[in-house]
Amino acid sequence: MSTTKGIDTKVAAAGLSSATKETDTKTVVLRVLFYLLVVAIIVFNLFPFVWALLSSFRPSSELFSTKLLPTQLTLAHFQAVFKDARFVAGLINSIIVAGCTVLIALGLGSLCAYALGRLPFRFKGPVLYLVLTMTMFPTIAVLSGLFVMLKTLSLFNTRQGLIVTYLIFTMPFTIWVMTQYFRSLPKELEEAAYVDGASPLKVFWDILLPLTLPGMVSTGLLAFIAAWNEFLFALTFTVTDTMKTVPVVISQFSGSSSFEQPWGSIMAGSMVVTIPLVILVMVFQYRIVEGLTAGAVKG
Amino acid sequence: MAKQIEIDLYARQKRLAWFLITPSVFVVLLIIAYPTIQVIVYSFMKYKLDGVTPPSFAGIDNYAFVFSDPDWWHAVWITVIFTIVSVILESVLGLVIAMVANSKFKGRTFLRVAILVPWAIPTVVSSQIWKWMVNDIYGVVNIILTNLHLLPQKIAWLATPATALPVIIAVDVWKATPFMALLLLAGLQLIPKDLYEAGSIDGATKIRQFWAITLPLVTPTLLVALIFRTLDALRVFDIFYVMVGGQGNMATMAVYNQQQLISFLDAGVGSSTSVIILIIIMLFVILYTRFSRTSFE
Amino acid sequence: MNYRLSPNRCVLPKSFLAAAAAFLLPATLQAAGVTIHFAGDSDVGEGGRWTKTLSEEWAKKTGNTLEYISRPNDATATLQQYQQYWAAKSGDVDVYMIDVIWPGIAAPHAVDLKKYFKEDEIKQHFPRIIENNTVGGKLVGWPFFTDAGVLYYRTDLLEKYGYKEPPKTWEELTEMAKKIQDGERKDGKADFQGFVFEGKASESVTCNAIEWVYSYGGGTIIDPDKKVTINNPNAIKALETAKGWVGTISPQGVVSYGEEEARNIWQNGGAAFMRNWPYAYALSADPKSPISGKFDATVLPKGGASGKNAACLGGWQLMVSAYSKNPEVAADLVRYLCSTEAQKKRAIDLSQLPTRPEVYKDPDVLAKNKWFSNAVEILNNAIARPSTVTKADYNQVSTSFFQSVNKVLSGGESAQQAVADVERVAKRIVR
Repeated sequence: MSTTKGIDTKVAAAGLSSATKETDTKTVVLRVLFYLLVVAIIVFNLFPFVWALLSSFRPSSELFSTKLLPTQLTLAHFQAVFKDARFVAGLINSIIVAGCTVLIALGLGSLCAYALGRLPFRFKGPVLYLVLTMTMFPTIAVLSGLFVMLKTLSLFNTRQGLIVTYLIFTMPFTIWVMTQYFRSLPKELEEAAYVDGASPLKVFWDILLPLTLPGMVSTGLLAFIAAWNEFLFALTFTVTDTMKTVPVVISQFSGSSSFEQPWGSIMAGSMVVTIPLVILVMVFQYRIVEGLTAGAVKG
Repeated sequence: MAKQIEIDLYARQKRLAWFLITPSVFVVLLIIAYPTIQVIVYSFMKYKLDGVTPPSFAGIDNYAFVFSDPDWWHAVWITVIFTIVSVILESVLGLVIAMVANSKFKGRTFLRVAILVPWAIPTVVSSQIWKWMVNDIYGVVNIILTNLHLLPQKIAWLATPATALPVIIAVDVWKATPFMALLLLAGLQLIPKDLYEAGSIDGATKIRQFWAITLPLVTPTLLVALIFRTLDALRVFDIFYVMVGGQGNMATMAVYNQQQLISFLDAGVGSSTSVIILIIIMLFVILYTRFSRTSFE
Repeated sequence: MNYRLSPNRCVLPKSFLAAAAAFLLPATLQAAGVTIHFAGDSDVGEGGRWTKTLSEEWAKKTGNTLEYISRPNDATATLQQYQQYWAAKSGDVDVYMIDVIWPGIAAPHAVDLKKYFKEDEIKQHFPRIIENNTVGGKLVGWPFFTDAGVLYYRTDLLEKYGYKEPPKTWEELTEMAKKIQDGERKDGKADFQGFVFEGKASESVTCNAIEWVYSYGGGTIIDPDKKVTINNPNAIKALETAKGWVGTISPQGVVSYGEEEARNIWQNGGAAFMRNWPYAYALSADPKSPISGKFDATVLPKGGASGKNAACLGGWQLMVSAYSKNPEVAADLVRYLCSTEAQKKRAIDLSQLPTRPEVYKDPDVLAKNKWFSNAVEILNNAIARPSTVTKADYNQVSTSFFQSVNKVLSGGESAQQAVADVERVAKRIVR
């Protein structure tokens, strides 16, 4: 192996001087293409968002014209949205519901995932299938069943009730993905710890958990966004303004008649709702990088 | 002596496993049990939700109705096409984006933030934004395409299935690729960097490294992402409902289900439709596990 | 609250009695005060806010408490929510605001309002609306405000192209729309449309299409006596006429237009004619609107000289829940919200159509909404969709109808095939 390496290095070194110029042009071209790809990705992802952002600043009279850029900007829509106590209440409800859902899902879910991914357990297959079954039902089908269940348990029109129903789509996803991460960790880490006499729980807490942190962050983020944007359950299971989450509130913005759709307010509300998520992503992106570099140094 | 410690450890691990798994399973069963039983029971009954007629036993009548309804089969067709095309596109694009996001370059954070924006906007809102963007007269898509002369005249995109389906797939790809990308990115980050270094030293090209290192090691994550995306796609509702809701030739299985249950107030047929959808999806999951040889052990 | 009457005084001064009465009355009412839960338009919007304010006024006046529940913006989502309440026989809501096509579905869960409203009160509203709201002899909804499809037209363009009056028949409209569209496009407005309406496969096109069919003498799909009438040559002619507009005087995209899409084109000056609901009037007349002062509204055209004017009946009603714990008090709220004064105020503040013919004669109302003088005739001829006769099956009939009409408009099906399909579905339902 090392001999081959030695020969290769020599060959590489010999051909280096003549190959350098060629590699330079090739590298430049590749770099340019790469950056073009980056730009394309960014434009593709951001355009509708930018369009919506632009619309949220457009005066109502100009919202439906063939001109691409508005002739004047207005803060009227944002003012209307923030003056609405209901919108603010909706934001708070969304934060509580999404936050708690994710905490419970990650908490219970990663423990379960550790067991399924790492510990001996006879019914792994059936359990995973069962967990997956939760995501197989069309949401319409479970709607009336859940409605009756919430009413019977007096959880209807409560944040707790909503959190319980949200676990339907956050738990399976969390358990599956985290099981995957746990399984992909090398066995040697545990074995060393067990030899040292650590308990399985200690192994989980001190060794494996920190390593799966990037996975937990990604999963938690996706679960948070899914819970934050969820509409059908929120619409059906909350009726008073104190309990509604923000997607429901936005959908209920109306003009003086039931036909009108106040686009300006809808866009402004959507912007307000999306931006905290964007900030969340930025913060956690740094964390992911941090966690990994720390792991690399440790490992 | 060592053997004894091993057995002890094994026992402790097993006990811990039961202890850790039970709460999650308990929660799952609790939430899912009642609705499931209700749906299965109603699927065998004739039950119109008009507040007057009591439910009555109907055997397999509801199932017979659904299977003989051309609208149902059309919905299955639309759903299947949508699922296959969108999931393939999302996987490929997701992997490309994840690899780009994984490389070091200026503006990487900005890219990572940008790719999550589509996923962050509520579906009902983004469907509306896109619906407006493809409006046949004022939509920005038509305006730009006709100005660039890529289109002879403005198209009413959502008016017919031939043009509407591609648009809806595009919107879903736009919306769901970030999900794939983020999962794949985390999976990519688990691959040790020294493998690539060793590969480079051995003279392997970037492409060869991709096929030999990246693809095999990211496959487990890819399969997980794949199954969730596919399950979501098979149950797709929001996008179709908002953008082309009502048009009979543009319904998906979930839209058909909603129509029977909520719009026609037919809890019998609606429930049997739900059970049929559930079975279709279960079949898919079984096929998937067999095909991908994902083991649970 | 104790008061002492001096037992030695045989005659109490009137003022004291009056004061005692004023003191006592609210107290007794307050002791009897209940909380009424009212599900109405979302109070984020102007309409809902207005209604909520009025309801709270009622509460103060009668010593009750009002809890206002905002319904979802979308009518379908609203019905879904209501149905969950009804299925649970919930007493959580006392008064529901229901759409004109829901009395049939809501009937089992509603109180018969004939118990609380007398015959002479009932006669004060448009008969067509009361007819629509009566299911099997039971008065399910009390008229709140109404709506009907109307024809909007550009007065300035009619003048420019030499027309003195709006079209009386669909044939006239087609001719006028074509001439104006050609002229405007030659003038540089490449996107100008002759006629915009709602062709989207939803309840919207059911309303539009039922107007076309009725105006050609083709009936209303199902008769109030449960006879299925849709499969007739007049109905076919009506649908074929409409198909002829798509791509000529109406854009291809009209098959995906709802009310807002049509209104947006119209309000930005992009169309000569529009069929829409009255809500668009106030918005188009707003000083900031590009067409302010350049348009008016009238009754929809007839189908040929021997046809009839048609206007699809819309609007909302108030219903008292059969599971309410205080139906009588709830009925009182309903009476208050639909009173002559309330409807007059609503017409002036929100430009919504009253359900009482007498309000249309009020000078203040007419000052604000000049075109209301046409409205009485429109409403007397308004046609209801067959929702009351089909009850819980209405959606199935409507869905079959709007999907078939939509297919005809987009060229996927012939009108003959369409009416035959609808007839089949309708016959199976009223069987």
